[in-house]
Amino acid sequence: MNNLALIAILLIVMALAYQVGLTRSRTVATDGVRLHSRPGYYGMLVALWCGLPAFALLLLWSLAGTSLVELLVVRQLPPEIATLGERELSTFLRRVSALAADRAVSGTPSETELAAAAHMASLQTLGRMITIAAMAVAAVAGLVLARGRISPQLRARNQVERVITIALALCSGVAILTTVGIVLSMVGEAMNFFRFISPAEFFFGTTWNPRFSTSGDTGQGEFGLLPLLWGTLMVSAIALLVAVPLGLMTAIYMAEYAPAWLRNVAKPVIEVLAGIPTIVYGFFALIVIGPFLSDLGDLVGISIRTTSALTAGLVMGIMIIPFVSSLSDDIITQVPKALRDGALGLGATKSETIRQVVLPAALPGIVGAFLLAASRAIGETMIVVLAAGNNPVLHANPFEAVSTITVTIVNQLTGDMDFASPQSLVAFALGLTLFVITLGLNVIALVVVRRYRQQYE
Amino acid sequence: MNMATSTPVPTGLGESRTSKASDRIKMQARDVKVYYGDNEALHGVDVDIFENEVVAFIGPSGCGKSTFLRCLNRMNDTIPGCRVEGDVTLEGQDIYAPSLDVVLLRAQVGIVFQKPNPFPKTIYENIAYGPRLHGLARRRAELDDIVEGSLRKAGLWDEVKDRLDQPGTGLSGGQQQRLCIARTIAVQPEVILMDEPCSALDPIATAKIEQLIDELSESYTIIMVTHNMQQAARVADRTAFFHMGDLVEVDSTDKIFTNPGDQRTHDYITGRFG
Repeated sequence: MNNLALIAILLIVMALAYQVGLTRSRTVATDGVRLHSRPGYYGMLVALWCGLPAFALLLLWSLAGTSLVELLVVRQLPPEIATLGERELSTFLRRVSALAADRAVSGTPSETELAAAAHMASLQTLGRMITIAAMAVAAVAGLVLARGRISPQLRARNQVERVITIALALCSGVAILTTVGIVLSMVGEAMNFFRFISPAEFFFGTTWNPRFSTSGDTGQGEFGLLPLLWGTLMVSAIALLVAVPLGLMTAIYMAEYAPAWLRNVAKPVIEVLAGIPTIVYGFFALIVIGPFLSDLGDLVGISIRTTSALTAGLVMGIMIIPFVSSLSDDIITQVPKALRDGALGLGATKSETIRQVVLPAALPGIVGAFLLAASRAIGETMIVVLAAGNNPVLHANPFEAVSTITVTIVNQLTGDMDFASPQSLVAFALGLTLFVITLGLNVIALVVVRRYRQQYE
Repeated sequence: MNMATSTPVPTGLGESRTSKASDRIKMQARDVKVYYGDNEALHGVDVDIFENEVVAFIGPSGCGKSTFLRCLNRMNDTIPGCRVEGDVTLEGQDIYAPSLDVVLLRAQVGIVFQKPNPFPKTIYENIAYGPRLHGLARRRAELDDIVEGSLRKAGLWDEVKDRLDQPGTGLSGGQQQRLCIARTIAVQPEVILMDEPCSALDPIATAKIEQLIDELSESYTIIMVTHNMQQAARVADRTAFFHMGDLVEVDSTDKIFTNPGDQRTHDYITGRFG
């Protein structure tokens, strides 16, 4: 019986328990006694008491069962295998569990392996039986206990509500724990990297030359962050120079001037820009914008490379226009009509009202929108991989190729890699740096936006 | 079309003016109809407003009194689908004429709204906004004078003179409303429209605003909408009763509240409906 079937059975039992609770509470309530809660809550309470402990047992077995079985198997092994090194032992165990699950293994399994596999299989079956039995006992016991507790004084509603609160908190906990986990693993690997390269060298180095060992170089390579950080900032700055004015003007037009029919058509169309996959933007930049800029440069006598900070920045700017425009639009629309009326009532024209009253009132929110767009630009990868030229050199010319943090992470982690070398580990240090930058921007943006919200509520 | 100085006034209200108000007609409305889309919200309103008087518009919710008030400085322009027919004149000039500059009109006919709506700027900047807009002060000192004068007239100067650089939104509701009145005065209007100026305020703040209205009527023509009949009785020289999009009657406040000419007015002020 697999877990899915067990859970299905458990749900059916819970439905029955709900009925039991419902019936019981109605019986209790017959002779003019008023129940504390509606009967449905007693039903739910009984169902929860019946289902939750059983489910917890199943979860426990699924999480801890495998290790427990392995532990028991290892104890039974002949001494010559039990004393093997950690690595050999784990290979051995992997083969044994494959055999126990009737999966094929390479080569002919040895006598010991077969014996251990049989042992493991029997232990697994036993453990499973015990779990199922325990679940059955827990379900029945929970049901009976909870049914027995039903009385007019029992505050079933409050208890059910508390369980719901806890369940919701656990769900949000998943997202938070994931974030914490990602950060911790990045910090851990970044620490490994800093055993090879000192943080000072990494954060303040001006040369990026990781020297892959496959290229025959034996030296350690130079891992200076600054050229990459500079490239990231340059491309993002160009993107914001494009997106902020265009996005803001779009937002003002959409929120204040556009007739309703135009807004209904144009807003979704603009937001489609945000839905285009960034890889598509990337080759659009590479095939259309890059050559166009290059030709344009020839026309006025400036040498512009096809793949350059300018190409990538321009296209990225177009990509983030909808972020700026739709967030700013929402914020401008939120400025109360009373403020506009106040300015208009004093004899301000429409554009005076917008410039002097609406925009200042919306400014914190708009700044928040810019910061969110900026963190989006800094973390963007595909466009720069294709269009920025991958040239990790410190220079100030936007017409030349650059490389960014994200592009370098892609480079360091594609192909054959060895997670013990600084060449791969540097990706984690870069990722962490990127994470800290975007996190910082997001935090500032959220604080700014929140302060704005408080003003009108 | 231009009947600003014409006599006799069809509404026949000459004898009910109080001593304070002059007999000059400040604003005049003739057959004003307002449509929201296809819905006619006002069915032809005729009224004369004399210089330096306080006129109160009363009537049940949705009777059109706020709509009419907002016609007087064309605030209805900002409402999509709203259309005004008929003539409204200020000093004999048609305010709906194509040649009229609505910006100048609103400088002459200021408005104070139901809910205090100070700008999210400092107290000083709230007052200085209008004068700057219309170029009323050439130097900083002149602007300072306008700000102080307006705040004094609004009875707010003593309360805020030490914190002019703090946000206007940090004041109490009543102070905010007086700030909005000061802001309106700062533009040196001739007429001040007030759209239920006290409905969001507590009784003490309301009393202050009412006293202020009384003082302001020395130099301004004030037209106010109110839901509070006692308020109308306390502050208004004349009162107009609106009902279902019609101006039922307009007369001296005493007469409206003691001996109304129309049964509907009588029913309303005695609490029969509304």
